[in-house]
Amino acid sequence: MKLETVIGLEVHVELSTQSKLFCGCSTAFGAPVNAHVCPVCLGMPGTLPVLNRKVPEYAMAVALALHCTIPPLTRFDRKNYFYPDNPQNYQISQLFLPIGTNGWLDTGAGKRVRIHELHMEEDAGKLVHAEDGSGSLVDHNRAGVPLIEIVTEPDMRSAEEVLDFLTELRSRILYLGVSDCRLQEGSMRADVNLSLREKGSDALGTRTEMKNLASFTAIRRAISAEAQRQEALLSAGEAVEQETRRFDEDSGKTLLMRGKETIRDYRYFPEPDLPPLRIDEEWIGSIRSRQPEFRGEKKERFRTQYAIGDKEIGILTEDPHLAELFEETAALSADAGKASNWLLGETLRLMKEEGIEAKDLRFSAGNLAELIRMTKQGEVSSTAAKEIFARMFENNADPHACMEELGLRQQSDADVIRGICEKVLAENPDAVADYRAGKDRALGFLVGQGMKASGGRADPGLLRECMKELL
Amino acid sequence: MKIPEKWKGIEEDGALALAGRIARRELSVREAVEDALARISERDGRVRAFLCVDRDGALRRAEELQERIDRGEDAGLLAGVPLAVKDNICTAGMRTGCASRILEGFVPPYDATAVEKLRSAGAVILGKTNMDEFGMGSTTEYSAYGKTKNPLNEEHVPGGSSGGSAAAVAANMCAFALGSDTGGSVRQPASHCGVVGVKPSYGRVSRFGLVAYASSLEQIGVLARNVSDAAAVLELISGRDARDAGSLNEKAGYTGALSGNARGLRIGLLEDCFTEGLSDAVGCRIREAAEAFRAAGAQVESCVLPGSEHMLAVYYTIAMAEASSNLGRYDGVKYGYRSPEYADLKELVERSRSEGFGPEVKRRILLGTYVLSAGCYEEYYHKALVLRQRIREAYDEAFSSYDLLLGPVSPTTAPKLGEAIRDPQTARLADLYTVGANLAGIPAISVPCGFDGKGLPVGLQLQAPYLREDLLFRAAHAHEMIRGNEAWEKKDEA
Repeated sequence: MKLETVIGLEVHVELSTQSKLFCGCSTAFGAPVNAHVCPVCLGMPGTLPVLNRKVPEYAMAVALALHCTIPPLTRFDRKNYFYPDNPQNYQISQLFLPIGTNGWLDTGAGKRVRIHELHMEEDAGKLVHAEDGSGSLVDHNRAGVPLIEIVTEPDMRSAEEVLDFLTELRSRILYLGVSDCRLQEGSMRADVNLSLREKGSDALGTRTEMKNLASFTAIRRAISAEAQRQEALLSAGEAVEQETRRFDEDSGKTLLMRGKETIRDYRYFPEPDLPPLRIDEEWIGSIRSRQPEFRGEKKERFRTQYAIGDKEIGILTEDPHLAELFEETAALSADAGKASNWLLGETLRLMKEEGIEAKDLRFSAGNLAELIRMTKQGEVSSTAAKEIFARMFENNADPHACMEELGLRQQSDADVIRGICEKVLAENPDAVADYRAGKDRALGFLVGQGMKASGGRADPGLLRECMKELL
Repeated sequence: MKIPEKWKGIEEDGALALAGRIARRELSVREAVEDALARISERDGRVRAFLCVDRDGALRRAEELQERIDRGEDAGLLAGVPLAVKDNICTAGMRTGCASRILEGFVPPYDATAVEKLRSAGAVILGKTNMDEFGMGSTTEYSAYGKTKNPLNEEHVPGGSSGGSAAAVAANMCAFALGSDTGGSVRQPASHCGVVGVKPSYGRVSRFGLVAYASSLEQIGVLARNVSDAAAVLELISGRDARDAGSLNEKAGYTGALSGNARGLRIGLLEDCFTEGLSDAVGCRIREAAEAFRAAGAQVESCVLPGSEHMLAVYYTIAMAEASSNLGRYDGVKYGYRSPEYADLKELVERSRSEGFGPEVKRRILLGTYVLSAGCYEEYYHKALVLRQRIREAYDEAFSSYDLLLGPVSPTTAPKLGEAIRDPQTARLADLYTVGANLAGIPAISVPCGFDGKGLPVGLQLQAPYLREDLLFRAAHAHEMIRGNEAWEKKDEA
């Protein structure tokens, strides 16, 4: 019996609004414990949630990017369960009238994954367990941070397809600018629902759910481990139980979290503290008009518009901020090739060194374009240009000012260069003799000495020509 | 205490009249507040309307206000008027515990919006009043801190759940009080204590700071000595509040509607209220009131409200469902009562809730959990939502013919202490006339309209279309004018 893996996803994405879903507290990551809390997000008696209008706007932007239908009326519901990271012991979520339904997304490999729904909900706080086992404390900074949950149909058949889907989803959300989608910080988390069935069958097997996988590697490994586990069960004639499992990174295995018998009854009902939200065509239209050109379309356009390679286009379009910087620099410098080289070379290298992202880059396209022009016109050498760029990368320094300040203007004055050459030849009679004896390598040495004597500023081409002439 | 001879004390004045005396400096704020405090000292040992009295705070506030008045500043519409606040309405720095052990020791750092508005209008908060735990009950006997007695007859209950507030007004321990009304909890105790009680349209008053029992049904309401006071206070606490998404931006101008004139009002007398459950005395007083309206030039006709037989079932299903979720937050983890003994988290939550909640609250949480559980939702909760919509439509239909609906507040006058506790199921049936207004979100008022043979007060209920508090107050005020101070006079005889 040939088995097929069937996978559906529930992806939680933390939206990057300034304030929480139902109160004015900041959503910033990494603040001291319980610094971003107020009576509302602590669920204190008598307080009420008030919707942050940015959240449905961000959610609708994603829903449109996933080709979902947006209903004229959406509403929040309460999901009731007891857990101390949840200050009210209910989560405000959406069940009956989610903000997006019936969408789809094509992966880069051309696979279409249907979207069942997209809904808004609030995040919970975090339990902090004392290491000595003396007790647990709750940090509510994350309580009330807005999330969207994207639920797919069980359309994926392999870890590859899952990762392709997540890559495309992540790219769209990054392009929309509504989340930073950092898996390691938990701003994007995926639950994987996986079952096996006989290949060719239409029926779905019993599925298990794996919760909160926090990296693409973990997702890939978890899928493989869980598929193997289920296959072993089925081939031994045993049944797969519907249960919630978690992936243990150390052992590489999935472990039971909650069995079927403890499936919770969440007792959902419409949230009475929030009036239904009416969404008219005008509102949807204004959000639709702000949809960006997504990566696939951008790549296509770059191919026809710029003379750079597919590999370069691929990297440049990974991050919309980088793509934008590239386009501006290319336009201002009229040299797409050089613009691409600077961004994919020095820029990425320094970004990696400093651990920053394209949206945090400080230098302007104008300054980079100017540096490109200065290099091309021989005002600075390529070595000096890197030094200037490092300054620009720091604080968007003006390349001209840098050049002057660092004394890096390239020496192209024929008389000055001639003077350097004469001096070098006079000081290195052996090398001169070697060259004249037919040893071409000696020229390289002499040019090197000339560059050194000029403090690296001499135009290397001019120097070489002059040296040859004198010899 | 130096009180001018011409002033007999709080019983002589309503809130507005008292504010007038203070503004004219016929009376100092301190004198007004001390009078209220003196009455609390005299009577509250027996009546037990208050769960806490902040004497020092009230007197300090009195001094501040007096200074402002002496400097000729505008200290607010209710400057110096003492009030009482139900224990489920948040008061910054003052206990707010819903008369429940589970909230023991809880002092909110914030005011309810209604409280904030009253403070800035110069009103002086005396303390917090007793209630049925979390508003669940109609006699104020389900309080974790003792029963309140009806000041008109201490063998009887004051009604509930805002029984402490109603008793405090009736016993002249304050000029007016805030209550909350989820299914009649302002109107019914007002009726039992012979004061005016108004529940506004849903969304009229911000619910921010009202500790939730059944969010889609409840509103903060006013208990007062007369209709003008109730209208003035409601107008003051009304309005859009950024902290309550359900609050309305409707203009609230009802004090101008108090013409004393009932001529031309179309009043529907709810005939289906006159069933065997209704006591003779209450039935008689309501028919007399109808006659009085007719004599004053109103058109009074009999009418029925189809579907009213379902109201109680629909009300309790929705109220208990919402309560089961709203009360989830009391888990012993963050504030309030925590059981002293527990082995783990599960036990901490279970024990704290088992020990912290009283019997009626537990019953309602359990029933509410049941009606929302898988398999029951469709059969109970969803059905209740559908019927709730039909009830709204029945009201709409009735209001296409009438400006107001007239009927009783409660089938009987105040029962004796202990009766309701013995039979909670029957006690819940007593809410049948009041829950309709909560289900439909419309405004309703209870106004004194006489007494039964034992001298216990009877209240009539008027219900008006959504956001038509102006009609409600106009009719209630006209009734008050027609009947004069009969209610208060008879009480003195009794």
